[in-house]
Amino acid sequence: MTTDTTTASLAVREAASGTARRRITRNDVMMYAAILVFGIVAPIIFPNYTYQIAVLWLMVLFAQTWDLVGGQMGYNSLGNIFFFGAGMYICTVTQIGLFTDVGAYTSSSDGGQFEFSTEQYYIGVAVGLVLAAIGASVLAVMLGWIVFGLRGPYFAIGTLGIALGAGELVGAWEWVGGGGGIPIPVYPGSGDGKAFFYYALCFGTAVATFAFLKWLYSTRFGLAINAIRDDEEKAEAMGIHTLRHKTVAWAISAFFLGIAGGLFGNMTGFIEPLEVAFPVITFGIFMVAMALLGGKGTMWGPVLGAVLFHIIKETTWTYFLGWQWVALGVIIILNIMFFQQGIVGWMQEKWPDLFGIEVDRSLVADTADDRARGRGV
Amino acid sequence: MSNLIEVRGVTKTFGGVVANRDISIDVAPGQITGLIGPNGSGKTTLFNSIVGYHPIDEGSIKFKGKEISKLRVQQIARLGMVRTFQQTRIYGKLSGINNMLISVPHRNASFGDMFRPYGHEHRERAEHLLEFVGLYQKRKLPSGDLSFGQQKLLEFAMALMNEPEILLLDEPTAGINPTLINGLIDRLKRANSEFGITLFVIEHNMRVIMNLAHEIYCLAHGELLASGPPEKIQNDQRVIDAYLGAH
Repeated sequence: MTTDTTTASLAVREAASGTARRRITRNDVMMYAAILVFGIVAPIIFPNYTYQIAVLWLMVLFAQTWDLVGGQMGYNSLGNIFFFGAGMYICTVTQIGLFTDVGAYTSSSDGGQFEFSTEQYYIGVAVGLVLAAIGASVLAVMLGWIVFGLRGPYFAIGTLGIALGAGELVGAWEWVGGGGGIPIPVYPGSGDGKAFFYYALCFGTAVATFAFLKWLYSTRFGLAINAIRDDEEKAEAMGIHTLRHKTVAWAISAFFLGIAGGLFGNMTGFIEPLEVAFPVITFGIFMVAMALLGGKGTMWGPVLGAVLFHIIKETTWTYFLGWQWVALGVIIILNIMFFQQGIVGWMQEKWPDLFGIEVDRSLVADTADDRARGRGV
Repeated sequence: MSNLIEVRGVTKTFGGVVANRDISIDVAPGQITGLIGPNGSGKTTLFNSIVGYHPIDEGSIKFKGKEISKLRVQQIARLGMVRTFQQTRIYGKLSGINNMLISVPHRNASFGDMFRPYGHEHRERAEHLLEFVGLYQKRKLPSGDLSFGQQKLLEFAMALMNEPEILLLDEPTAGINPTLINGLIDRLKRANSEFGITLFVIEHNMRVIMNLAHEIYCLAHGELLASGPPEKIQNDQRVIDAYLGAH
């Protein structure tokens, strides 16, 4: 191995440690400002795409919350979409249940026999989103006690089973509409008004998720879940409360996914278990693919991966209808075969300086030298 | 003063194989105790039993007078008993300094402590200990790219960062450049004398263990063969036979 490539791989792993301390530079401020400005003006400049961009922010949230558990902690969950669906149903049931009988509402054929007043609508959404977040977190804690006994592929399959099972169970549960679904209370205003309202909530939630995770990764928690990723047995031997960290990480992931579910249900206007609430093979797989594409275990990777993936997805859906799944499949295969470290991971190898990664090249060369000669210490 | 670790009549089998049979061992506080024996004699199994890695079939293990044979690895670690691994284990993608920081003791860690940043005193202590093992210069490198010997030193420093009462070291000198073994012995002795940490050491290198330990236990075929101070063990015919393969 040449010194150059060694340096590159070193740099990446230094960055992957997450807590490499760096000051906020002017570039950072510019980038944050650019994203915030885009987020605010986008629905004004592109009013026809407000819904698509709102979904984009949810995709960013999906990738980030998956990366918390899959990238930073090394537990590859295939069932995170469960919390999205759980949040969606909790939010909807709350919105309805606060003001009328849920069973009667869901069993009426058109679902529209009850009219929500403007005030009732907003109270319902506010309380529903809060309960969705809390409820999804509580479910994560309860399930965590069971599935965190599983490692590696068994964890992936176990969580996948939860998401698939949930869709079937809710489909058989008449009180929440069963497989027929539930029509969501109607937004008291114009279609544009609704689009802007939910756009603002989606954007705000995605930004809050990013800010929260950025803070979280700067605390001891960030290092602890990285340690679990690198060697869980060692972490146990050093006395780290591994189950506590794993459970909390999943609950945080579920908290934001629960809100996302509540928002998406309201944006869609109608929810049902298999396609909207627990879409394992679309959103459920997308969140993994987006994090891998951007670079798992990095702060910006999931964000970039989600944006690119969403743009490619929407473009192929619009212009190459019929080939969209092939296109996504090709991207995933190229990603897995040729740059597993993802785009941001690759950029960190290429330009470590841009990421504030300091690697003393002489020391790196020194270590490489030691190893080449097979020296100890 | 009572013993820090008291192992009484411990038996551990894997299927039909008896890895440890009726072992009794005492580790005195403040001392360096050695554990030797030929390959496959059950040393690491005994270590694993003590730190709670697997349940024991029979017997009792006490740490500071408290029965620990039913506790789990993390609980025992938080009591102040830390072990290092024969196949050195560190967090490969984290830098040296982060490996040190994550090793702060979790003895009294409350739920809220998870979300606090590391304090200045933690960083200073981490850097001090990295200097103690001679890795300060390489503290920012991903530890997975250090040489095997350096990783061993890092693992040792991480164990010290955990402020244990007792440190169980599984072959600390294996794989280390012979010319640097003396430096390591010196550091182990200083950890014992300056930091007041009791050491319980598995070691293959006879020169090292004779130089280091106050008291030595020798295992063979899963049974306790002999025990006593280094001079006695060195001249014990049974120990010599075990090592030379005589039966």
